Order: sequence, then structure tokens, then C-alpha cells
Amino acid sequence: MNEQLLPAVNALAGRFTATASEFRGETTLMVPSEQLVAACRTLRDEFGFNLLEDETAVDYWPQQEPRFHVVYQLYSQPGYLRLCLRVPVSGMHPSVPTVEGIYPNANWHEREIWDMFGIRFEGHSDLRRILMPYDWEGHPLRKDYPLGYEEVAFTFNEDEINQGKPYAKE
Amino acid sequence: MGIEQKAADMGIVTMRLEQAVNWARTNAMWPMLFGLACCAIEMMAAQASNFDMSRFGMELMRASPRQSDLMIVAGRVSRKMAPVLRRLYDQMPAPKWVIAMGDCASCGGIFNNYAIVQGVDEVVPVDVYVAGCPPRPEALIHGILTLHEKVRGESLKKWA
Repeated sequence: MNEQLLPAVNALAGRFTATASEFRGETTLMVPSEQLVAACRTLRDEFGFNLLEDETAVDYWPQQEPRFHVVYQLYSQPGYLRLCLRVPVSGMHPSVPTVEGIYPNANWHEREIWDMFGIRFEGHSDLRRILMPYDWEGHPLRKDYPLGYEEVAFTFNEDEINQGKPYAKE
Repeated sequence: MGIEQKAADMGIVTMRLEQAVNWARTNAMWPMLFGLACCAIEMMAAQASNFDMSRFGMELMRASPRQSDLMIVAGRVSRKMAPVLRRLYDQMPAPKWVIAMGDCASCGGIFNNYAIVQGVDEVVPVDVYVAGCPPRPEALIHGILTLHEKVRGESLKKWA
């Protein structure tokens, strides 16, 4: 692990129930969702992680439980350091506290995660869909979301498929 | 000396009205700018100097649907774009035509999933489909000439 990261990692491991792991030079901290906001505030105010580079989510269904990980990529501009936070959440209607109050750019990232994974962000100021149409049903990047493809037409089933297609009128 | 010869000497040409109207329509057909994806690059190439669509009276792409009578849907149409496409089509003055350029606009192409409309004919009536991924400019020009042929075949009865 990068030595400069040690104070931040040790502080988080001491004050919160965070477990650190490392893969190919990237340090990741697993943080429970109820401690997320406090951990982010500590990292920003005391250790200089003043930039939220990216916020995204992963769906590990059906291999893992809890199935969702919300991933925060933090960057420290004074120290040139990167740190990854992961928050595991489970269930069909998961929710995580928003970090919008600490990193304002989380707003759109969280809207995208809500749109694509259906993870609610408690306290978010404007939690609407951002990519899909507002009246869309479901959250497409979930692993159990149906792809919704159309059957491929060959000569033997072409007529059948064409009958079901909603062709536009003038 | 027949009447045609005499009239021609005076600068008068006789022809059927629908022939004249269709000739005017085909030779000044203004397409609407509707580049949605990579097909739009080929559409631009079709208008640029190497292929030069202005030979067929089509050099003027209009940014407004109210000034255009041909919609070239160049690229995949997402479900979110579909209402916009329909609205732009409804804003075009009649007579109007639609070319579905490329596989994605014709039938969904490689994007057989929830996010892409499986053929733009679900949203607007299509006159000519141009196959290819993306089609070469020659293919697009062939599609447009095919449409011109269709327009030339239209009769007075249909306008009313």
C-alpha cells in the first residue's frame, strides 16, 4: 500500500468499521452505508480528499450478497492520492445516504445510479432519472433486468414477427 | 410544322401538370438535418465534394423541419429520441418523405435491445430503406434516387 495513504486508511479503520483491501495498487475501503457520510467528511476535511472523481455502482447478482456495491473514487489534489470507497447494499429497494452535501458533483452521478440501478439516495435534492425517459419502468443495468430484444427475423418466421410489429401510420 | 414546334420556338413547353410538379419536387428536395450517429458522417460525405448530392438538387440541408420535405433518419433511434423524431416529422409540411438510412434506422441493426427502437418504421412511415452499416454515400444517393423515382410516379389523384 502507498505509505502516504496509511494515515487516512488507519484513521478510517480505527474510527469506523472500515476494512481495507488492495488490488494492483488500488486501495479500497469497504464502508457500511450508515457511516458513509461521516467517513467522506473525515477524508475530505482531514486528509485532503477534496475531489469525487467518480461515483458508480456494481450489481453482483446472483453471485454475491449484498448484491450492490456503490463505488466512490476519491482523489486528493494536495497529496496526489487516490482512494476507493465501496458501500455494500442489498435488497430490491436499496438506499444509501447521499454525499451531495460533501461533494456537490455527486448530484448527477447519484441520479445516474438511481436511473440505472434503482439505488435510492436518501437526502438527495433532485432524485430523477437522468438517462432514460421519465416514464421508464425498471432499472436497466440491474442483472435481472430483461434485455427486451426482438426475435431475429428469418424467412420462416418473418410474417409472424411483422404481424406483431407496431408499424406507424401516416 | 406542328403546334409543339411553334410553341417551342416561342419558349413554351407542354407537359402534364403532375409531371411538372413531380419534377419540381424531385429536383429541389430539401432534406432535414437528422444525423443521429455514425451514418450522419456518411450523409455528410454524400453532400461533400467527392460525391456531391447537389447534382440531384439536394445540397441544402435544413435545420428546421418546417422548411424541409425529406427526413433522412441517419443512425439508431433510442426510445428517448423516438417522441422527438415523431414530433419533428409532424412539424414537416406535406408532402413529406422519410428515408431510413442504415441498418439501425431500418430494423435496429446490431442494437437488438430495450434502449433502441427496432426500426424507425415503428414511429414514422418510411418510404425507402437504405441497407448498410453504415451505407456508403453511393448507397444513400441510390436510396435518394429510388425515392425520386417513387415521387415521379405519384399521380394527381393522390395529392387531393
